[in-house]
Amino acid sequence: MQTIPIEHGLILASILFSLGLIGVLTRRNVIFVLMSLEVMLNATGLAFIVASSRWGHAEGQVMFLVILTLAAAEVAIGLGLIIQMYRRHQTVDISVLSEMKG
Amino acid sequence: MIILFYIAAIVAVISTLCVILQSNIVHALIYLILSLLAVAVIFYVLGAPFAAMLEAIVYAGAIMVLFLFVIMMLNLGKISTDQERSWMKSSGWVAPGIMAAILLAQLLNVLGDYEYDLVPVEVGVMEVSTLLFGPYVLAVELASILLLAGLVSAYHLAKK
Repeated sequence: MQTIPIEHGLILASILFSLGLIGVLTRRNVIFVLMSLEVMLNATGLAFIVASSRWGHAEGQVMFLVILTLAAAEVAIGLGLIIQMYRRHQTVDISVLSEMKG
Repeated sequence: MIILFYIAAIVAVISTLCVILQSNIVHALIYLILSLLAVAVIFYVLGAPFAAMLEAIVYAGAIMVLFLFVIMMLNLGKISTDQERSWMKSSGWVAPGIMAAILLAQLLNVLGDYEYDLVPVEVGVMEVSTLLFGPYVLAVELASILLLAGLVSAYHLAKK
């Protein structure tokens, strides 16, 4: 049986997480920000799966399931907020929200 | 099997890079689906077929369709692509890029000390569901409450 060095899996998760972080910090379109958040959550799930595969346990997959539920709920609410924002400001530019008062 | 891991890893990194550099939003979404499917392949190689299936069905299927519906609803079109391109040109991405690169370097530095070759052992649906409905049954209940709360608040927020 061939083996995979565990640090390669974790390095991949870190790279994906950092790419998602760059996306969250740099994009101004709020839909892109939400998509980058998805990338970050997905990278976290990958780290869990790699770690559970290290011991051959199923706990990592359970945690992945929890992350999946979290991502689904987060996207539903986030997209609802985006729709509401577009109705009020006719734009998806995230810097418009900095003018929000109180 | 091991070559599959590296190919899928390269596909995942390149398509994620395309997601954050793309100015057309629908193209970015397609790249994101590709990235998620590549990660699903990695899950399968690492011996988690149940997680791979869920990744393909729930992430690449359901969540991305939700994104697509909202993009279609907002109907952003060409103006938004041009606007996006003009936003990309600004030098605002330099400082966050450097900070994220520093974070990545730190993570890689930490991971460099840890060496272990894992042999992928398949952990199937049965082991996962035994755990889910045994010691982690509270997590399942909490997940269902979270989804219900998400449903109610999404309905309330998107309502006129």
